[in-house]
Amino acid sequence: MTSGARRALLIGLEVAVPLALLAGWQLWTAHAHSPKFPRLSTILVDFRKEWLFAEFGTHVVPSLERIALGFTIGTVLGVLIGVPVGLSPLLRRLALPHIEYWRAMPPPALLPISVILLRSIGNLQKVSFIAFFCMFPVLLNTIDAVRSLDPTLVDTARSYRIPRAQRIRRIVLPAALPQMVAGMRNSLALAVIMMVLSEYFAATNGIGYVLLNSKNTFQLGPMWAAIVLIGLLGYLLNALFLLVERRVLAWHRGWRAAVPQ
Amino acid sequence: MLEINGLGKTYGSGDKATPAIGNVSFRIEAGEFACVVGPSGCGKTTLLKCIAGLLAPSRGEVLLRGRPVTEPPEAMALVFQEYGRSLMPWSTVRNNVLLPLRHKDLSRSERAALVDEAVAAVDLTPFLDHYPWQLSGGMQQRVAIARALAYQPALLLMDEPFASVDAQVRGDLEDLVLRVHAQFGITTLFVTHDIDESVYLADRVIVLAHAPTEAKEIVSVGLPRPRDQIATKALPEFAELRSHVHRLIRHERQEETEPAPTHA
Repeated sequence: MTSGARRALLIGLEVAVPLALLAGWQLWTAHAHSPKFPRLSTILVDFRKEWLFAEFGTHVVPSLERIALGFTIGTVLGVLIGVPVGLSPLLRRLALPHIEYWRAMPPPALLPISVILLRSIGNLQKVSFIAFFCMFPVLLNTIDAVRSLDPTLVDTARSYRIPRAQRIRRIVLPAALPQMVAGMRNSLALAVIMMVLSEYFAATNGIGYVLLNSKNTFQLGPMWAAIVLIGLLGYLLNALFLLVERRVLAWHRGWRAAVPQ
Repeated sequence: MLEINGLGKTYGSGDKATPAIGNVSFRIEAGEFACVVGPSGCGKTTLLKCIAGLLAPSRGEVLLRGRPVTEPPEAMALVFQEYGRSLMPWSTVRNNVLLPLRHKDLSRSERAALVDEAVAAVDLTPFLDHYPWQLSGGMQQRVAIARALAYQPALLLMDEPFASVDAQVRGDLEDLVLRVHAQFGITTLFVTHDIDESVYLADRVIVLAHAPTEAKEIVSVGLPRPRDQIATKALPEFAELRSHVHRLIRHERQEETEPAPTHA
């Protein structure tokens, strides 16, 4: 098989398999008549009614805003803390037990206290909650990448007397970037989860709020429509992220292909 | 120019103390091309790192233009054996060469001129905007050399720079280093384990003895310059010098592997 034909087949499968699954769902739900599992067609109608675009501004936009802010703040914090901790053995000794403690904390355990501590049920609390948990994958990957910087490169920078700020900007950050980006990708997936979770509790808007509220009022069509939306959101955000990653880390792909690791 | 007095380095302490360098002394004059040659494991890289100010010696001192070296001196550049790891894969050739110039007190155009001149000296001008990993091993090492040249050091240290390229490329790189040495007049200390290479390149060859490492003999190489891979190596003097250095090192190795007989 030629590589072109193979590629076409793979793309075809990538589209066909989900479509077949959806068709299966529709067939099954049409016969099952279960209130828990509305027909696919019902879900799609609800999806269009709710999200395209009647409730888009009132519920989707706040959720997206929380994801964007939480993810960005978490990432920036992860890098800002991760670089010095990765560079200094002393800071690592001091900080790592705390980092390990908090990253092992199940997020729902901190949800109620976050409302009390931040005295907020609005964006302050939701964004902080998302940012806190998004920070850890970036933080741990940054520490690890900075710590394992190639010693030859470190000696090169020292022998040319590159000042600290330049060393961090020109050597440490670019060298750590591929691993930071891997952490960011995990953080982005976490951001969607934390967004839904934070909107289950003490919320008045957002996709998570709609999901739980629909369930509590036995509107299972809209509930499923919200689930579909969240799934699509996660998928699209990841695809967008990969697109950006390909551009930013073009050198890394070329280098990995050229140099046996 | 460069003076090494009673330099010694021991890793660890107490029972775990591992001597890497015993007692090394030599000096290098301005403009000279000196090679340090010695069997592998004799502490060549440790010696070079002490000279470069990357490693603090346990004993003795390194003086560059009369001033003790305690950190990497401003007037020094170092070329590593592992070119693939001393170049930044995220930067183009131009930016790799530019790296050590960014913090120097130079104008933008002066920096650009230094980069252009250095890259031209190693014949890589057409590859200025390539990434290092798009180049062959020999070309990558030339980028590292260009970076050292652009830095305008008074002393150039090279740590087995051609140990991981193949023989043909190696000969070309040796000639390139000689050409650049003649062109820029930078005092050069070149560490290698290859006896032919040391004799071919150097004005003087410093032969290191093994454990405890010391400068066993300093061999003056009076071969005429410019040197040529074929003509120079065909000279009887070349063969004599090379055999002499060889004997020094082999003798050394025999002493090490065959302990003196204890019975009468």
